[in-house]
Amino acid sequence: MTDSRPGAVLEAHDLSCIRDDRTLFAGLCFGLGASQVLLIEGRNGSGKTSLLRILCGIRLPDGGKVTWSGEDIFKMGSGYHAYTAYIGHKDGVKLDLTVLENLTFAKNLGSPADIDLEQALDEMNLADFLDVPAYNLSAGQKRRLALARLLVTQSQLWILDEPFTSLDRHGIAVVEGLVLKHLERGGMLAVTSHHQVQLPDADILPINLSQ
Amino acid sequence: MNKASLLSAFMILLRRDLTLAFRRRAEVINPLLFFVLVTALFPLGIGADPNQLRAIGPGIIWVAALLAALLSLETIFRSDFEDGSLEQIMLSPHPLSVLTLAKVCAHWLVTGLPLLITAPLLGLLLDLSGDAIITLMKTLALGTPALSTIGAIGVALTVGMRRGGMILSLLVLPLYVPILMFGAGAVSAAAAGLPIHAHLSLLAALLVLSISLAPAATAASLRISLS
Repeated sequence: MTDSRPGAVLEAHDLSCIRDDRTLFAGLCFGLGASQVLLIEGRNGSGKTSLLRILCGIRLPDGGKVTWSGEDIFKMGSGYHAYTAYIGHKDGVKLDLTVLENLTFAKNLGSPADIDLEQALDEMNLADFLDVPAYNLSAGQKRRLALARLLVTQSQLWILDEPFTSLDRHGIAVVEGLVLKHLERGGMLAVTSHHQVQLPDADILPINLSQ
Repeated sequence: MNKASLLSAFMILLRRDLTLAFRRRAEVINPLLFFVLVTALFPLGIGADPNQLRAIGPGIIWVAALLAALLSLETIFRSDFEDGSLEQIMLSPHPLSVLTLAKVCAHWLVTGLPLLITAPLLGLLLDLSGDAIITLMKTLALGTPALSTIGAIGVALTVGMRRGGMILSLLVLPLYVPILMFGAGAVSAAAAGLPIHAHLSLLAALLVLSISLAPAATAASLRISLS
């Protein structure tokens, strides 16, 4: 990682989230350090996605705060986003653009990593689809294209919301490989998944929102 | 983030939006078609008396331009919101206000500029004088970018709603009224041989004001809509 703050840590202080007068979670505290995985579990509607969106800085928590290296992420504004990459429920893929155009845009809009776009697409098994408009891709391929964003931008914290949705067994293995490599480099991961995450030897911090 | 990368992010988003617009030409042409049809229907509806057309021509063209701009506003953020691209744009390390300005620029180039180019033809159709047509061009050049930048605030506020179209019109139209008054007023004044500097200066002031303030308001509205 080229980050200038080696000790950077994501911390949640007394987080709460209220939706339609229902308290999804309250008093949530945790800290995430280098090479750690935050695995968020819980029933449908228990606030997993809301928690991830709070960690991204898209949604304001209804109580408490999230800090990055001790600094409130909402005060850091777009400076915080240089450290994060988020893949949500929606792929964020433009159907009218080709695979390569989509990824070029994603790379240049973020903090570009030192990697060829072709190489990144090759890792995601999309190398044969460079000039195919994204509307011709299958759901799983669109998901792969969305996940390829993780490769072409350099971010210390990956925030993934159900990353394995519509992926086949091979795709799941590829993504797990990427995550392991990311963790080896000292990256961090916050993830929700209904799929059993296979990350041997990873330092996993589980949080269950249904309890 | 340094200035060079900010400028390149601006250009990249601008180019992406123009590419997307080019691939969806049919949708993009819609507002222009509306503008031309509405203006062309007036002589058929109220009769082809040149004096009458000359008198109401500036107002007709400006109202049609304003409604055409309103019709096209939703396209600024709607599709990006629906496919999740807007989240990604918001989570970019670049300031959101600059990125929204890039989107608004692309929107104006695609919808405002064609209105500006076709306006002289419609001016001829309504028998406006040469002076009036030149003034019409000037007012549209100053006014339509302001329509796009101000409209973007309204779209950003309503993009998260299922049916935000009605609210969008109600939010944005009052803010459009000054632009309409000074725009159409300047053309009428030019047609009557009166000075137009005051109108043009006020339009320019509105444009500068909206370009400098609206992007920040748009960015804040987007944050509210997406949270």
